Amino acid sequence: MKRSRLASTLLYAAVLLFVLVTLAPVAWLLILSLSPPADLTAKPLRFIPSQIDLSHYRRLLDFGANTPGEAFLLGLRNSLGASVGATLVSMLVSIPAAWAFARYRRRAVTATLYVVLATYMTPAVALVLPLYFMLSALHLLNSVTGLIIVYCAILTPFTAWFIKSAFDALPDEIEQAAAMDGAGVFKTLLYVSLPLARAGIATAALFALLLAWDEFFFALLFTSNADAKTLTVTIADFAAGRATDFGLVAAAGLLTALPPVLIAFGLQKALISGLTTGGVKG
Amino acid sequence: MLQIKSWIGVVGLAALAGTVLASPGHAETLNALFMAQAAYSDNDVRNMTHDFEKANPGTTVNLEFVPYEALFDKIVASKAAGGSGYDVVLYDVIWPAAFARDGVLRDVTDRVKANIDTAKVFDGAWSTSLFDGKYYGLPWILDTKYLFYNTDMLAKAGIATPPKTWDELLADAKIIKDKKIVDYPIVWSWSQAEAVVCDYATITAAHGGTYYNDGKPAFDQGGSLDAVKYMVQSLKDGVSNPNSKEYLEEDVRKVFSAGNAAFALNWTYAYAKANDPAESKIVGKVGVVPAPGVAGHTEASAVNGSMGLGITAGSSHPDLGWKYISFLTSQEVQNKYAQLSLPIWKSSYDDPAVTKGQEPLVAAAKTAISVMSLRPVTPSYQEVSTILQAQIQNALTDKATPDAALAEADKAAARLR
Amino acid sequence: MQRPGSISPWRLLAPMLAIMAAVVGYPVVQTIALAFTDARLLGGLGSAHWVGLDNFIYALTDANFLSATAHTLYFAILSVGFETLFGVLVALLLNEKFRGRTVCRALLVLPWALPTIVNAIMWRLIYQPDFGVLNAVLTQTGVLSGYRGWLGDPDSAMNAVVLADVWKNYPLVALIVLAALQNAPADLYEAARLDGAGAFRRFQVVTWPVIAPPLLVAIVLRSIEALKVFDIVYVMTRGGPASATKTMSFFVYEESFRFLRVGSGASYALIVVLICMVLVTVYMRLLRHGQPA
Repeated sequence: MKRSRLASTLLYAAVLLFVLVTLAPVAWLLILSLSPPADLTAKPLRFIPSQIDLSHYRRLLDFGANTPGEAFLLGLRNSLGASVGATLVSMLVSIPAAWAFARYRRRAVTATLYVVLATYMTPAVALVLPLYFMLSALHLLNSVTGLIIVYCAILTPFTAWFIKSAFDALPDEIEQAAAMDGAGVFKTLLYVSLPLARAGIATAALFALLLAWDEFFFALLFTSNADAKTLTVTIADFAAGRATDFGLVAAAGLLTALPPVLIAFGLQKALISGLTTGGVKG
Repeated sequence: MLQIKSWIGVVGLAALAGTVLASPGHAETLNALFMAQAAYSDNDVRNMTHDFEKANPGTTVNLEFVPYEALFDKIVASKAAGGSGYDVVLYDVIWPAAFARDGVLRDVTDRVKANIDTAKVFDGAWSTSLFDGKYYGLPWILDTKYLFYNTDMLAKAGIATPPKTWDELLADAKIIKDKKIVDYPIVWSWSQAEAVVCDYATITAAHGGTYYNDGKPAFDQGGSLDAVKYMVQSLKDGVSNPNSKEYLEEDVRKVFSAGNAAFALNWTYAYAKANDPAESKIVGKVGVVPAPGVAGHTEASAVNGSMGLGITAGSSHPDLGWKYISFLTSQEVQNKYAQLSLPIWKSSYDDPAVTKGQEPLVAAAKTAISVMSLRPVTPSYQEVSTILQAQIQNALTDKATPDAALAEADKAAARLR
Repeated sequence: MQRPGSISPWRLLAPMLAIMAAVVGYPVVQTIALAFTDARLLGGLGSAHWVGLDNFIYALTDANFLSATAHTLYFAILSVGFETLFGVLVALLLNEKFRGRTVCRALLVLPWALPTIVNAIMWRLIYQPDFGVLNAVLTQTGVLSGYRGWLGDPDSAMNAVVLADVWKNYPLVALIVLAALQNAPADLYEAARLDGAGAFRRFQVVTWPVIAPPLLVAIVLRSIEALKVFDIVYVMTRGGPASATKTMSFFVYEESFRFLRVGSGASYALIVVLICMVLVTVYMRLLRHGQPA
């Protein structure tokens, strides 16, 4: 159907507004990170840098001892370790669990699902003290391993629920056919259900990665130095009250945002279809 | 390259600590916690530590730097986790009461008495470590807030001498504002953080205020009330930068160094920074005097913003820890790094090597250090400070009158368990 | 339903339950136990005494905590409200066919993928009173007569934080609604159009029933996140000015790690949990409704 000219104009105006609102804040961050320091304190403000100044990025990419660059690099390593590790563990335990939730409609199993879901509602602050004592006893404070264990608590309810929905969306007949052919539960799960629920599972993993990458509170309290400090804590330190180098903070923020944004762009199609097949059907 | 002078210091200090230099010490590792800041920057601390390691072969010190806002949390968390996290920690002058109650720091009274002539160090510095007659560490950063001013702007406004009283400061600021030299002549760090309590305590001391009457909170009377009224008035008159309500010290330094304020209250470090061409547009136009007094009460005012180094109760290397903090706080080391942080040692203030290039600051320090006052002394300082921060901000943002806000502070402080 | 040759579901659930029990179950039980004591962070758990409901009574008679509760609810209602509104509008927009739609859909994930801390720092730089771009834009376009402090004024600080939160989180709502829209049966639209239904009526009859269930779920999820809010406040305002942005989670953090009163902090945490539980109940109801019987 054809739109009227007025409707077209309105539509494109709305689209333009959306693009502007989405890009403007991030563009400002980019400009900050590329501007020479004098530009940043100018009044009236320069919206276009007087010259492109890459020094902030250079500082972050100089990995010499005791430089911001080194702190950043180690933070990157820890964030990668913690988020990939936690995602792997939570996927490993939640795939079989999700399948059980999807396939066994017993009251006890369903109740368990709700209990697991309820844990997602628990504020981190309600867990932080006992976890602190626990990690301390296990000598896992200030370690990526410790963060992985703690992050599983955040990720697992989410991934289990998401993947369950993906399994729910699969037609029963296929699995039943496999079972008739004498395939055991694990074989059916591995060769039939998993490939079919691929999109939903990929979405769950993506969500989990982003959730872990984003985490701040536990990382803030359970890490103390470069051995385990994640990127979020590192850049919050960069931006803390007593050291305010706007350009450096902006550059560090952009680089921190880069991996999750790239992942999200790459998997954006899977994301929308994953949300369609599962996750929100309940 | 170590200079001969500091070598002498190292040797002297090693002898002082009753150890033999270059004794084949077995390998020992210390973990130390510092804060990321400008005065004694990360690199300064690393260089000092490097010298210490050289003088004590086989010793390694792992350094960790966190922002001030995270310092208390880290010390406490490490203690809660079994106390084996750090051997040496930097701590603020307002914490020893709580630390003594909870056994965070080791009592080093015997070591201090055996090794240090306490009379050679300012009393104000000792208040970082002395609580209830016991020593919990050694003073390291002797700091207070000074009144910085832009000599250029004062000259333009025809003001011959910097203000001696708080009222004069307001009057001078009005002249500068009326002459359109700068929009907001005074800038402060009044964000809802420890920073606002430091400024409030300075002005309270100037008005001869105290915080408790017979052990009961009395924030809503006397000098304390006058101080908050003064702060609110300066905003109402339009002479204080309204953004002060969201500034920390670094923001204050930035505004002042950019030439956007005539007056600023800030710590020692701001002097060298405001005269650093890389970071400042007002090099050579920086005046500094002690924070003013109040006619009939005081000549000058100052808040004790010092910090000390302590050995944690859980440390398994107390001897080495003591050696390390003795080294960092020694007069030789402090004199060497005196450009950003003035020493705790009285005699350093007459040493040309220390005063060179910062004579005005040292002159102001001599007065300020002698009148340094403490913020409320209580094991519940964290809570009291949090209450004060919120209530002072209530007054500053016009959510309540100074009287009502401080009455509320009294009520909340009395309620503390 | 049981299948031939299947195994007990508990064997499949065991690994997950073990992890959840260790990392959530046990800590929650310990937190509940702590909430009725005067335990302190230092001095060990051994020195704690049973104090019954004292902590809860203290919390609920504390004007500051009650106002923190009010701030949290204000934040949750406002941010979730706007996230819902913008989420639905943008989803409807990106569901239309137009040139560049694919690019726009990709753009939609940008704010959502930006880490919360980066988002908080970014907005702090935008609101910066002396050099911030917001002041510059508003002043140079004549909306404002001069620069002002956004995070230094209690009347605007919380709204500024809400705006930052909405910008980052409405895309999640939009994505969920967009996904649901793609499930909307096209022939129904066509039928409605042929019946001469106007745009609004079509939305009411065809679109709304399709997007309502997932939208409600998204709203509850976002509400829970909003009630737990901590990190954006920690980075942007640290609870200031005049405590205008102090949220309940911030209170728990302060009580436990600043004032070292773990018992009391645990009671604050439980109050947050209780408020979330009310929502969870609503959430369960929604899930049941959403279940195809």
